[in-house]
Formats: sequence, structure tokens, C-alpha cells
Amino acid sequence: MYRAEVFVTLKPVVNDPAGLTIRGGLEALGFDSVREVRAGKYLVITLDEPDQDHARARAEAMAQQLLANAVIEDFRVEVQPA
Amino acid sequence: MRTGIVVFPGTWSDRDCGHAVGEILGEPVRYVDHRERALDDLELVILPGGFSYGDYLRCGAIARFAPVMDAVANFADRGGLVLGICNGFQILQEARMLPGALLRNASCEFRCEWVHLRVEQSDSAFTLDCRPGQVLRIPISHGEGNFFADAETLASLEGAGRVVLRYCTSDGRVTAAANPNGSLGNIAGISNARGNVVGMMPHPERACEAVLGGEDGLAVLRSAIHALARVAV
Repeated sequence: MYRAEVFVTLKPVVNDPAGLTIRGGLEALGFDSVREVRAGKYLVITLDEPDQDHARARAEAMAQQLLANAVIEDFRVEVQPA
Repeated sequence: MRTGIVVFPGTWSDRDCGHAVGEILGEPVRYVDHRERALDDLELVILPGGFSYGDYLRCGAIARFAPVMDAVANFADRGGLVLGICNGFQILQEARMLPGALLRNASCEFRCEWVHLRVEQSDSAFTLDCRPGQVLRIPISHGEGNFFADAETLASLEGAGRVVLRYCTSDGRVTAAANPNGSLGNIAGISNARGNVVGMMPHPERACEAVLGGEDGLAVLRSAIHALARVAV
């Protein structure tokens, strides 16, 4: 079994109003060194594949087909034995 | 105008659409289950507003894979009229039947209010009854209607006259203050190249009776009737 972590983030050119709002909250708390916050999605997928390469390939296919929208989002996949 | 209104789990505006087309316009309506695979009996398919599949992951991301969506794509390819309203617009984009994406409103607020829309393109199947520059007053009701497309896609939409509706002031000026959600170019609705598929964030079905505050939505729905008549001729 493998554990795939999928990080989905908005492309740099896409505005992120949620990230801006979170930054405002951090500033209100006194974290005045914050320059930017980008909000995204984090998914953990446990999958039954014969080896790590297969697990990665499947998780990347999932991200391409459903988990991320290539119009607005990028993704990164990390795979470890579960 | 034989109209099918697609109902996904979580769709909420299907009965409003059915009321507008069936009761007010007096056209035949049937509700289409998201598991159906044949739409051959229909002339117009409406993907109504709501929160299909809870809008989990992204608005419209799961609905796109419902069995009915292959049929909707084939229906559109054959020239059938398809109107995606609000969540329906988001679904059409996720299905790549329309370009771009709808992001969270720039304000991070859910906006439920009447807006003004300038008709930019009166050749689409859903604006035939309008004249270019005409201002429609129709409500919005969404948290994620902030139209985005990359610069190249945006330029191609604008160049091809595929921007159908823009948020504007009551006298038709396209200003930042009239933009309720941060959409690029104040875009409220776009069409495919052929003009038979339109997605729009505002809800024409909620602006079809004076008692509800306005009737400008009728122009959108009646345009479809005339688009069909034009094809038949």
C-alpha cells in the first residue's frame, strides 16, 4: 500500500482572495512579516499498487483528470509506502 | 421548445427553471436525471444552478463526470441548445464545453443581489431577442462566479465576440463598481464558437415575473425559442 499526498495550488497568475483574506487575518494578529499567503488543497490518497512508481503514476493521473483543474491550478504529488 | 432540465444531486434551481419555461412560457418541460444517457427528444437542455455533489473539490468538478454529461456534449455537438446557469456554467467549464474557470468571488462573500448586464453579443442562441448594448436586470446568487481565463483565451473570446454578457451599471457602463465578483472584463456570460452553448452566472429564471421583481430573464429564454425557429427555417 502507498500513501500519495496531492498538493493543489492556484497558478501564480490566478488571484487568491482566500489567501488575501488569511493574510489580512495574520496581519491583524501582528504577524507583520507576512508578504503573501496562497491557499490550496491537500489530499491524502491511500492506494494499492505494486510499487512506488505505479502509485505515483496513478496519483498523477488522478490529479490531471479530477483533483486539479489545469485552467487555474498546479499540483504536486509525493508518494511514500503506507 | 422541448426542454430538459438536468437535476444533479444538490441542484437547487431546477424547479425555478421548470416554472419559468413550463408555466410562464408554456413550453413542454421534463426533468432529466443525472444518470440518463439519451437526450434525443429535447431541443433545449438547461443545467441549472445549485451545489451539485456539494460542490466538493471544485464547483462542478464531480458533476462533469455524471453519465448525462456525455449526452449533453453530444447534444451540443449536434447543435442542440445548452444553457448553463450559475452552477451549470461551472459544470460546462469543468467539462471543457466552455473555456475558463469561475473562482471564488474577489470579496470572498456570497453575493445574492440584482445586477445589470449589458448584452455584448446578440447572435447567441440565448440573446437573439436582445439588441447589442441592451441592459438586462437579472439577479445573481453565488460565491464562486469570478470569471478567469488566461490572457490568450480571454483575447480569443473577446476577439471572436464570444463574451455574451457583462456586468454593468443601470445605464450600461462597464465599471469596476458594477462588477459583483471580480470577473475579468466584467464577464457574466460567454458562448461557445457556434453560439448554441451559453454559460452565465446570473439567474434568468428568477427574473421572469414582475411580481418577483423583473421580467428581463424572459428575453434569455425566449431567445432560445427563436433560435430554434431560425434553425428550422
